[in-house]
Amino acid sequence: MSDATSSRPPPRDARPVEWRALAIQIAIALAILWLGWQAIGNVAENMRARNIPSNFDFLSATAGFDLNQSLIAYSATSTYGRAFLVGLLNTLAVAAIGIFFATIIGFAVGVARLSQNWMAAKLATIYVEVIRNTPLLLQLFFWYTAVLAPLPGPRQSISLPALGLRMPDPQAGMAAITAFALASFVLLSVRNQIKGSAIKAAGYAISALFMILMIVAILFGPRVAGFGNAVGILDIRDGAYVFLNNRGLFLPFPSLGEAAIWLPAIILASAIGATGFSFWAKSQREEKGRILPVFWISMLILIVPAALTIWAAGSSVTIDYPQLRGFNLAGGVRVYPEFFALVLGLSLYTASFIAEIVRAGILSVAKGQSEAALALGLRRPTILKLVIIPQAMRVVIPPLTNQYLNLTKNSSLAVFIGFPDLVQIFVGTVLNQTGAMIQIISITMAVYLVISLLTSLAMNFYNNKMALSER
Amino acid sequence: MRTSILSNAIAGAVCALMLSAPGAFAQGQPAKSPTLDKIQKAGTLNCGVNPGLAGFSMPDDKGLWLGIDVDLCRAVAAAIFNDPTKVKFIPMTAKDRFTALQTGEIDILARNGTWTMQRETELGLLFTATNYYDGQGFMVRKKLNVTSALELSQASICVQQGTTTELNLADFFRANNMKYEVIAFATSNEAVKAYDSGRCDAFTTDASGLYAERVKLANANDHVVLSEIISKEPLGPAVRQGDDIWFNIVKWAHFAMVNAEELGVNKGNADEQAKSIKPDVRRLLGVENEFGKFLGLSNDWAMRIIKHVGNYGESFERNIGAGSRLRIDRGVNKLWNKGGIMYAPPIR
Repeated sequence: MSDATSSRPPPRDARPVEWRALAIQIAIALAILWLGWQAIGNVAENMRARNIPSNFDFLSATAGFDLNQSLIAYSATSTYGRAFLVGLLNTLAVAAIGIFFATIIGFAVGVARLSQNWMAAKLATIYVEVIRNTPLLLQLFFWYTAVLAPLPGPRQSISLPALGLRMPDPQAGMAAITAFALASFVLLSVRNQIKGSAIKAAGYAISALFMILMIVAILFGPRVAGFGNAVGILDIRDGAYVFLNNRGLFLPFPSLGEAAIWLPAIILASAIGATGFSFWAKSQREEKGRILPVFWISMLILIVPAALTIWAAGSSVTIDYPQLRGFNLAGGVRVYPEFFALVLGLSLYTASFIAEIVRAGILSVAKGQSEAALALGLRRPTILKLVIIPQAMRVVIPPLTNQYLNLTKNSSLAVFIGFPDLVQIFVGTVLNQTGAMIQIISITMAVYLVISLLTSLAMNFYNNKMALSER
Repeated sequence: MRTSILSNAIAGAVCALMLSAPGAFAQGQPAKSPTLDKIQKAGTLNCGVNPGLAGFSMPDDKGLWLGIDVDLCRAVAAAIFNDPTKVKFIPMTAKDRFTALQTGEIDILARNGTWTMQRETELGLLFTATNYYDGQGFMVRKKLNVTSALELSQASICVQQGTTTELNLADFFRANNMKYEVIAFATSNEAVKAYDSGRCDAFTTDASGLYAERVKLANANDHVVLSEIISKEPLGPAVRQGDDIWFNIVKWAHFAMVNAEELGVNKGNADEQAKSIKPDVRRLLGVENEFGKFLGLSNDWAMRIIKHVGNYGESFERNIGAGSRLRIDRGVNKLWNKGGIMYAPPIR
């Protein structure tokens, strides 16, 4: 209660009015509950009358149908409950990856619309106006066709240039790549602490040389076979190991063997470590004014233990290469065209809305702010990072949350391009197979509600962190 | 059944579908059909059909629905109203069809649906008859040089989701210990488009559907329907349980058409045949006895069907057989006395 009301004595009839209001509220709440109860009873009774099953037993029955894309083990002998889980995970995967790309594209386009560069600004405007003013479903159909149409069949697969590249000794290969990553990250982390510019330049040169060698080996491998072997970690042959066709993109994938058991735990521990470090770095900055290279050190914490684990697992690590078997390629890891088209369509569509939100956010920051920052002698990128964006984010986050929720819900259009998401599997096939309409629709609605609420919760937490702390 | 108007209204807001026609299942007099009463009052029959499957139900370029499933609904409308146009065709996806029938949105589901035990027991429907004996097959590109479905190991297969097709496909590959990749689409149209674009090696559905989809493809001759049939698919119309008279009307509309073919009664000669001395023909056309009465219809109910729609053979030839674009061989759908299994109980 604010000071204005508490300083004044309450009116004489305040209590009766409060009681009356409370009684009315309770009566209305009870009435709504009663009506809801009646409705549920009525629905249940009508379902019985129409022989529509009204329990959840179907979840443990055998599904009997197959799915092509699953993050967990699934076969036709699995249960409907398992099929539900497959759909849920697929939906979450599409939503998470879609949100990631939509955010990046959206921010880039939003900033581009405000760019001084006439071309960039106009292109961004055209992008936003075209994408956000056409129906998403048509765009999904378009991308699905656009992805599929130009690609050849599996027997005429395009083999990308890298792609005569093979790692004969994964242990040595991982060790070399880890060493390179380690060296680069350490160099980038300590670059501001190094005084001697000669040492600094030498470090950069070594790092750049390694990078160039890798790129040359990857791009021109087959043509300079001896060179690749000289690098020591890559065995270059004439023959492709990465394929692109109308069944998807096929990539070699390390089969981790013994490392697979430890890897998830180690990655989790690393993630916790990296988060802890960033909090510690923040406290250092606030208390002592020491600015640490948080990003690079975090990357180091994340990558090195995982790479060392793989290296330690040694010979049990093999690499699984895709090969033509029968009608299709088998082995390695595969990006499905349905998945690709769905993520592409959803990201581009949502990005057009995010771009406008970002533009609004940036425009909401008064011009005086950047002028003042300039007057203090800050550079343009620093101004954007430390002055404009933190203030713009307060305007951006709430509508951005809406866009994230929209993307998640729009992912249910997957059914039209054959991607097995939650709606396709559960509200499509399972509903048709079991006839348990009310249960399946309720579960699905509850799932989307929970996903949306969790997203909102996370975004609200972030929003509170970014909010202006008034004193 | 609860009768509170208020609770009905609220429940209606929660789930309008569940509550439509709350009285439809009340115990009525045995000779009365609530479904028939409702249809007669409304003046139209609501028939759920496939949105576009050549030969079964598909609108032509003038928006007129054609197909054997369409003919069946027209036959029922002709028997009730003596007017085969008093049908409202409601296109149904595989997904919503059963719910639409259960909740009373449609009176007949004539959507090339497979008669299965689960649909009659768990879903509470009744299939009235089989108007097309079908089986699931595969369509592949000729250039793949595949001659048998058993050579489809590791293949990618496009299918419409929410159908028995999806399950038969899984069963077939499981039974033969072969691996495959399934890509399931919401509609048959999307599945065929994906197959046509090369995303899949094969498209699978009921054999009749394969022929129907093949004529729609840009280059129909580049595709071949494999000879294997991997399942039994007795396709037929379904009604809700609980209205036996209505069940009888839909069932006997089909049987009247089959009997008419067997007896040589067709669209052209029906009036003449009414003067026939053959007792079978006289009973069919309502000249003798009162079979219509016990269906709640007029006595010339079958006569109306034959005059407006024709007999089963005529409907088949016009929509699926030699007289259509599909030119599917009548095969097992021939009459029982001509080497097929199409058989109707006698009207007597």
